[in-house]
Amino acid sequence: MDMRRPPRTVSDPKVRQVGFVTPSAAPPTRSLSDAPTTVAAASASSPPSGEISLLGSSLSPVMIPPPRHASSDGRPSAPVAVPNPASSLRRDSLRIRVGSYNASEVVLGTPPSASPSSRTDNAASEFSEETMSPWHGRSGTAKVASSFPGSSSEMIVMKTGVGGGGGAGSTPKSPLTTASVVKTLPGISEKEREVLMGTQNDGAGASKTLKEKTTKAERRALQEAQRAAKAAAKEAGAGVKPSTASGSAVVANTKQGKVVKPPPQKKDGPQIAPPSGSSEKKVVDRPPEKDRKKDVPAPRMQFDDKHRVEKAKRRAVVNQFEAKNRVELFRHLPQYIHGTQLPDLEGKFFQLDPMHPSVYKVGLQYLSGQISGSNARCIAMLLAFREAIRDYSTPPEKALVRDLTAKISSYVSFLIECRPLSISMGNTIKFLKNRIAKLPDTMSESEAKSSLQSDIDRFINEKIVIADKVIIRHAVTKIRDGDVLLTYGLSSVVEMILVYAHEVGKQFRVVIVDSRPKLEGQVLLHRLVAKGLNCTYTHINAISYIMHEVTRVFLGAASVLSNGTVYSRVGTACVAMVANAFRVPVLICCEAYKFHERVQLDSICSNELGDPDVISRVSGRQDLNHLDNWADNENLQLLNLSYDATPSDYVSMIITDYGMVCFY
Amino acid sequence: MPDLQALVTDFVLKLKRRKIEGSQATAKQTAELLRQVVSQQRMPYTNQASVLIDGVRAVGEQLIAANPIELAVGNIVRRVLHIIREENLSSTTAAMEGLGLTAGSDDDEGEHEDHPGLSAAAVAAAARSTLRAPSLQTLLEDIPESAVAPHPSSSGGDSEGKSKSADRSSRSKKLKHDVIEAINELIQDIDTCHELISEQAVEHIHQNEVILTLGRSRTVKEFLCAAKEKKRSFRVFVAEGAPRYQGHVLAKELVGKGIQTTVITDSAVFAMISRVNMVIVGAHAIMANGGVIAPVGINMVALAAQRHAVPFVVVAGSHKLCPLYPHNPEVLLNELKCPSDLLDFGEFSDCMDYGSLGGSPLLHVVNPAFDYVQPKLAARISNFVCSASSNQLPQPGGWSHGVKFPLLDHYGFGILDRFHGDDVESQGGHNPSYVYRLIADYYSADDLVNYLHPLLNHPMSSHDDCPSMIYGFLCSRCHHRLGGGEATARGQRGHEVRRVNSKIRIIGSAKEVDPS
Repeated sequence: MDMRRPPRTVSDPKVRQVGFVTPSAAPPTRSLSDAPTTVAAASASSPPSGEISLLGSSLSPVMIPPPRHASSDGRPSAPVAVPNPASSLRRDSLRIRVGSYNASEVVLGTPPSASPSSRTDNAASEFSEETMSPWHGRSGTAKVASSFPGSSSEMIVMKTGVGGGGGAGSTPKSPLTTASVVKTLPGISEKEREVLMGTQNDGAGASKTLKEKTTKAERRALQEAQRAAKAAAKEAGAGVKPSTASGSAVVANTKQGKVVKPPPQKKDGPQIAPPSGSSEKKVVDRPPEKDRKKDVPAPRMQFDDKHRVEKAKRRAVVNQFEAKNRVELFRHLPQYIHGTQLPDLEGKFFQLDPMHPSVYKVGLQYLSGQISGSNARCIAMLLAFREAIRDYSTPPEKALVRDLTAKISSYVSFLIECRPLSISMGNTIKFLKNRIAKLPDTMSESEAKSSLQSDIDRFINEKIVIADKVIIRHAVTKIRDGDVLLTYGLSSVVEMILVYAHEVGKQFRVVIVDSRPKLEGQVLLHRLVAKGLNCTYTHINAISYIMHEVTRVFLGAASVLSNGTVYSRVGTACVAMVANAFRVPVLICCEAYKFHERVQLDSICSNELGDPDVISRVSGRQDLNHLDNWADNENLQLLNLSYDATPSDYVSMIITDYGMVCFY
Repeated sequence: MPDLQALVTDFVLKLKRRKIEGSQATAKQTAELLRQVVSQQRMPYTNQASVLIDGVRAVGEQLIAANPIELAVGNIVRRVLHIIREENLSSTTAAMEGLGLTAGSDDDEGEHEDHPGLSAAAVAAAARSTLRAPSLQTLLEDIPESAVAPHPSSSGGDSEGKSKSADRSSRSKKLKHDVIEAINELIQDIDTCHELISEQAVEHIHQNEVILTLGRSRTVKEFLCAAKEKKRSFRVFVAEGAPRYQGHVLAKELVGKGIQTTVITDSAVFAMISRVNMVIVGAHAIMANGGVIAPVGINMVALAAQRHAVPFVVVAGSHKLCPLYPHNPEVLLNELKCPSDLLDFGEFSDCMDYGSLGGSPLLHVVNPAFDYVQPKLAARISNFVCSASSNQLPQPGGWSHGVKFPLLDHYGFGILDRFHGDDVESQGGHNPSYVYRLIADYYSADDLVNYLHPLLNHPMSSHDDCPSMIYGFLCSRCHHRLGGGEATARGQRGHEVRRVNSKIRIIGSAKEVDPS
C-alpha cells in the first residue's frame, strides 16, 4: 500500500527545516554572511512570489488538495503554519533560492525573456514535481523535509555545470544509477552552497533582477544540463568521473571538488527523496512554493499525475516500466510493474553501494513476494535496518542523528520502490525515526547504535511478538467447544490463535476461505491439517454456503483506521459482509502498532495493485487460456487489488494487544 | 412405444450424468421430448386431457428425478401440463359456447344436460380467474367473455347426441394439435429468449454506465452485446467467478465486441461495487418467492450491491421461473462439485494421510455450485429499475409467447412478454413479491401439488470419473451421499420440513376446482 502520510504536519515542518538548514552550526554562519543578500533577494523576489502564489492557487487541482492547507497557497500563511523558527528558516531557504537562482543565471547566461504562458506551464510542472517528492518520502517525514534543501543544492550543482558530477566523482563512491548520482550530488550542497553563495553574491546585483524572468527556454536548458549530467554520471561508472563540466562552472567546480568529498559519504536522506534535478530547479525559481510545501502534509503520490510520475521515474533506482492496460479507476495508484524489475535489480546488487545489503535483500524479497504479510514485512524490514545500523558509522562532519535518519529514509524509499509500504511498516518507520531523533547528543556513536538496535529488538518483541501472544490469549477466550471458526486467507495471528486453541484442547472446526490469486489459504490449510485441526476448505464465492455452519469469523488486518474501517487483504470485506448478513460475529485480530489515524471510506482511493498477469492464469487449469495475451487488447484490463476496506459496522470486535474493543 | 421409452431413458441418463449443461439447453430438450410424448400419446375417446396429463406427468417425474437440481426440467414439465390444461379448457369453453348457441333451438331435451354445461362454464370461469391474475390485461380481455359466458349457461342446456359426438371427435384431434402447437411455441420461446431479453438492454444501460457481473451467463452476454450494438458505450467489471472462471470467457467475448472490460477477482467485488452503477447477473432459477438461485458467488455480490444501493438485475428466460417455494435452497437445491476445482490433489495428498490417521478425515472441501439470493432483502431497497407494469397474460385461445425478463432490483423483477397473437410487446419490472403472479400465469396449481420436488440421492455412478475418487478425497458429492458430514443430515431434515411447507403453501393457494 502506498499510503502513509507523513506523520504529523506539525512535527513535519520542524524536521524538514532542521534537515534543510543543516545542522545547527552551518546555517548561522552562513546566514550571517548572507544576511544582506537574503534581504535583497527577498525584496527582489517579492513580486514573483506574489505571482507564484496566484499561479499556485490556479494550479491547485494539479496537486491533491491538502484541505487543511488550502489557505496556505500564498506565502504569507506559511509562517503561521510553521510555528518554530520559521522566520529565520525561511529566510535561510529564501537565501538559498536566491543564491541558486542567481547562480543559474550566471552560469547559463541566458537572457531572461519571460512569457507568461510558458511560465505557468513550468510552474505547474514544477509544482507537481515538488509534490511528488513527498510521496517518495512518504514514510519518512524527515526525508521529505530534508529533500528540499538537498535538492536545491543539487540544483545548484547542476546549474554550475556537471561540476557537481565531477566533484562527486572524486569521492570514493561511484554513482552508478541515477538515484545514486542524485544522492551524491546533493551531498555537495552544504559547502558548495556556500561557495556558490559567494559567487552569486558577486553577481547577485545583476542577476537578481533577472530572477523573476526565467524563461521556459532557460529552464529547459537547465533540465537538459541536469539530464546530461546524470547520464554522464551513469556512463562514467564507478571510477571514471565525468569531466564534462561546463566551462562556466569550472571555477565553482574546482572549489567543489574539495568540498564535495565529504557529502557523498554523508549521503543525506534528503538526497534520496529529491533525486530529480527538476524539482530543485523549481525550488530555486519559486521560493514561495517551497515554503508552502513545507507546511503542507506531503500528499500521497498520485500516479495519475504525469509530471510527477515522470519525475519519480527518473529518480527511481528500480526501473519503471509503463504498465499496460491500466484500469481507469486506479490510475492514481502505482501500477504493478515489479515482476519485470526483479532480474534487473538483482543485477544491480553489487552496484548500489548506498544501499545496505541486508536492506537490499529485504527489498528484493518484497519484490518477489517471498515476504508478505504485514507482520513479516515489518519484522524483515526492522531486522534489515538493525543490521544496517550495526554497520553504520557516522561520516566525519556529520551528526549521527541527522545522517542516520537520512540513511533510513533512503532505505525506506528504496523499499517503497520495491513494494508500497504497508501501514504497519509506516508506523514502524515512524517509531524508528523517532527513536533516532531522540538520541541524546551526548551519547557516543557506539552507544547510540546499540541503543537503537535494542530499541528495534524491543519493538519487534513488544509490539509484534508479545502483542500476538496477548491477542492469542484474548482470542482464545472467545472460542468455545463445538465452534466452527471461519478464517480468510492467511493471517499469522489468526493461525497462531487457531493452533493455540487446538493445543489448549478446544474442540472446534476451522473453515478456511481462500481466494485467487494468492491462495494463501492453502498454506494455512497445509499447516493446520498437519497440526491435526479439522479443516474445511472453500473459496470465497462459496462463502454464503459455508457461512450457515460458522459460529465465529476470525480475520487478520493490515490496519485498523481511525473510523473503524478495517484495511485488510482483499476479500476480507466480502467475508465480513456475508458474516454480518448471517449474524455471525466477526472478530478482527490486529496488533495495536498497525492502527493508523487515517480515515478511508472506500477501497479505491488508496490501495495496492498486484500483478495483473496472475489473474489471467489459473494454476492447475491449463484449459483456462482465454485471457492469454490480454495486454494486446486495449479494451481489456485485469485488475488485481491487494486490499480492501471493511466498513466498521461489519466488525463485531477488534482484538488487540491492549484488549478487545467492540464498536457497537 | 419403445421408441419413446428409449428417448426418455436416453435423456434421463444424460441428465443424470450432467451431460447437458445450462438451463436453456435442458429446457429445450425437455420440451422437445415432451412434445414427442404428447404426439405419440394414444388418445382415447373421452377424457383426453387427463390421459395426456398422465402421460406427460409420468415422463416428467422421471426427468425431474434424474436431475433434481436442474429446475428447468421441472419447469418445462409443469408448463407443458399447464398447456394441456389450458388447451383443454379453452376447447371446452369453445364447445360450450357453440353448444350454447345451438341450445336455443330445443329446450325441452336438454334439462339434464343443463347442469353439466352450467358447471363446466362455471368451472371454466373460475379456472380462468384463478389461473390468471386479474391484471389490467385480463380485465380488458375478460370483460367480453365474462359477459358472454353467463348468457349461454343461463339460456339453458343443449345437445343433440350426434352433433356432440362429431364435435368431440374433432375436438380430440384438435386438443392434441393445439397442445403440440403450444409446445412448439414454448420451444420457440426458449430459443429466442436471449434476443427478446437483449432487446431491452438499451432501456437499462445508459451511456458510461459501469456494470458488474460475475461469472458468465449467456443471457448477460447477449444483453451487454445488444447494448453495445446500439452504440452505448459502457464499462464492464467481470468477476471471474471461481471455481469455473467463466468470467474469463465472458471478458474475452465482451472485449471481442469492443466493450471496455476489466477482469477482477471475486474477492475484489466489495471493493469495486461502490463504483458500479448496476449489477447484471444471470440466474439458475427464479423461485416462486422471488428468491434467485444463481451460480455461486452471486449472493455475495447481491449483499454488496445492497450495501451500496446498487441496482441488482437478474436476466433470465422464462424457463427459469420455478413455481416451487424453496426451503433452505442453498443446501437442498445445491450441488456440490468436485473438490479438484479448488485443491490440487497431488499437493494435498499428504493432508489426506493426516486425515486417515484419525479415522475421520481432517480435510473437507466444499465446492457448491449455486448460491441462493433471498428475496426478503428486496423490501429494504425500494428503487426498482422498472416498475411493475402491465404484464400481458396468455390469450384465451393460444399460449402466450412469454419471455420473462426478470429484473431483480434487489430482487425486483422485470418482465417482458411478447405476444403471439398480436405481436404486442410489453415489458416491465416486477418486485419479487410479484413472482407468484407470474407463476400463476405459467403453471397450474395442480402440478405444484403433484410435483413436489424430490430430493434424490446423488448418482454415484455418474460420478466415477471424479478425480476425487481416485485420490481418495472426500468428494463433496459423495460426501453428501456417504452421509458422513452434517450436510446430509441437515439436508434430509431440511427436506422434510420443506416438503411440509410447500404442501401447506400450495393447499392454501389451491382452493380452486380442478378444471379437468
